[in-house]
Amino acid sequence: MLLLIQYTLIFASVLMLVALGGCFSEHSGVINIGLEGIMVMGALGGALMMRYLPEGTSAFVMIVMVVLAALIAGALYSLLLAVAAVNFNADQTIIGTAMNMLGTAAATVIVKALNTAADPNNVSSTIQYVEQKKAFYVNIGGFEFSWFVLIAAVALIASHVILYKTRFGLRLCACGEHPQAADSVGINVYKMRYAGVVISGILGGLGGIVYITSGVSEWKFENGVAGFGFLALAVMIFGQWKPLNIALAALLFGMMRALSNVYVAFDFLQNLNLPGAVYNMLPYIISLVVLIFTSKKSRAPKAEGIPYDKGSR
Amino acid sequence: MKKNNLLKNSGVQSLIASLICIIIGLFVGYIALLIINAEGAGKAIVTLIKNFLYYPSKPAQLKYLGNTLVKTAPLLMCALSVLFANKAGLFNIGAAGQYVVGAGACLYLALALKMPWWVCLLGAIVAGALLGALSGLLKTAFNVNEVISCIMFNWISLYCVNMLLANVKESTSPYTLPLKANNASALLPDLGLGAFFTKNNYVTIAIPLAVITAVAIWVLLEKTKLGYELKATGNNKNAAKYAGMKENRNIILTMAIAGALAGMAAALLYLTGYEQWSTSQSSVPGMGFNGIAAAFLGGLNPIGAIFSSYFIQHITAGGAYVDKTMYCAQVSDFICALIIYLCGFVLFMKTAMNRSITKREEKAAAKNKEGGNA
Repeated sequence: MLLLIQYTLIFASVLMLVALGGCFSEHSGVINIGLEGIMVMGALGGALMMRYLPEGTSAFVMIVMVVLAALIAGALYSLLLAVAAVNFNADQTIIGTAMNMLGTAAATVIVKALNTAADPNNVSSTIQYVEQKKAFYVNIGGFEFSWFVLIAAVALIASHVILYKTRFGLRLCACGEHPQAADSVGINVYKMRYAGVVISGILGGLGGIVYITSGVSEWKFENGVAGFGFLALAVMIFGQWKPLNIALAALLFGMMRALSNVYVAFDFLQNLNLPGAVYNMLPYIISLVVLIFTSKKSRAPKAEGIPYDKGSR
Repeated sequence: MKKNNLLKNSGVQSLIASLICIIIGLFVGYIALLIINAEGAGKAIVTLIKNFLYYPSKPAQLKYLGNTLVKTAPLLMCALSVLFANKAGLFNIGAAGQYVVGAGACLYLALALKMPWWVCLLGAIVAGALLGALSGLLKTAFNVNEVISCIMFNWISLYCVNMLLANVKESTSPYTLPLKANNASALLPDLGLGAFFTKNNYVTIAIPLAVITAVAIWVLLEKTKLGYELKATGNNKNAAKYAGMKENRNIILTMAIAGALAGMAAALLYLTGYEQWSTSQSSVPGMGFNGIAAAFLGGLNPIGAIFSSYFIQHITAGGAYVDKTMYCAQVSDFICALIIYLCGFVLFMKTAMNRSITKREEKAAAKNKEGGNA
């Protein structure tokens, strides 16, 4: 049971961070399907930082450096989307799809190149961080608490405040609802959209590093992040683009995902004798069912996905 | 003047834009290779482009050209699936999932029920079509965005098919039983095509079938009432509805056809026996996603897709030959992804081209006028 709570919290943190990222991007009017790729890049940045920090680095420095590396990697990578969507009016869905493929491919190429350079016989795309990972966890009576959960909670509160209580957040939302109107009162729509996408890159990158340090202590970059970015998109929609609802949705989905890791520990679940794949499918099936019931009255930002054209009315 | 007219043609513009994407993609890829290892970069990029020409003897070249073609057929089908949906304004990112259920259906029919090849092929088509139609139905009945529902279906189908095919896998490996030993009647006939490619048994009617389908899709889109309606729905849903077209029916039908194409793609690969399905794979096969690349690189034209899917498969297969002590096979995936990313800019390139043509024409017109006055 303790294990279930532990995994639920960590998976929920991942989903929440990434979904909040998507939420910022979409409120500014840019659809970010590329979250999956951004997660991979963030994970790569963090994993490389863990690998190259000298042994004996204090836990605090380790956490700060790894988090910084992940969010910088995510932010830089998200610029690919920002440039294409804001400056070149590109189709955001194609760009996002390309970013997902590019993220996994680039990460694989980079990690393999580094591994082979370090040891010519090592052609795997795996990075190990058994020792380094311990910095992120505190053991409280058998319960492994991750500092990342705290970071996610802070991100949640900050997102809520920024989106609804600050001038910046309200302007951001205006750009996603009616960019022409926002422009007419002197808001720079292009700048706001850049901001939205880069924030989503920061949060997505952070989500990536949290994901690859949850439960495992090595990561094979060929596998990307196994659809978690897409799941986060579903969480965002289920949460109706509102940070607090997203948090609740993330908890629900996180629990579903955690179940697939630990269902063996529950007698009654084991007695059902379902194959493991069923638990893997469950989050996706539930999100579909949820979408069926919620999509009719969708509260999506009205101008999302439409390139801003100053001349149109 | 004549040159300008040629440039105005949207087909020519698409071709130029695609070529620009390819060149920039290869160039950026080359720079990445240079960064990884400066010595072998030039050789590696040439290897990627050469692919089967890597082999010195002609028969070997033909044989490996055959292998490239074997994988081009399913890629072309996936590209057709994506572009067909795109014509009706839908983004079929679910081609990957429809491909997965197609693979599940044809392999199960072949290995568990011992059906002949044409039943397996039909089974794959029907399975893909049903999944596609389901996404279309969710969109029309419940307003679920097809991109999101397709993504969910991709993962659901992967896990379902893994479970289903676990019944027909080899006992010691996660792979499905080889078709040839267990049900040779499920292998696609080759009609002597294989002999031409130096006895490459994997070359079958799949390849001509895919090309014929591409032409059929072109005819369907350009020459029939249904194609016109689908395109009209894609251009402006409300205008199409106002003109009396059944937009909901059209959306479901489009997704069903797109799904059928993607399902058939899987049958065209797995029924050649070229690959076995791994029931332990934890990520959706890339074929459907590469189809998106091929569709956009081909300028969203069925005939263009034939060439673009060959090109993409060509450099992907070329990735296998790069010097493994320096680079990995994924450099070709990396370059493909770069190319799709650049395809997002095609619209911008076309606008830029048109703008420069108009400018030049205006200038010429102004000059003529001046000349006339004098």
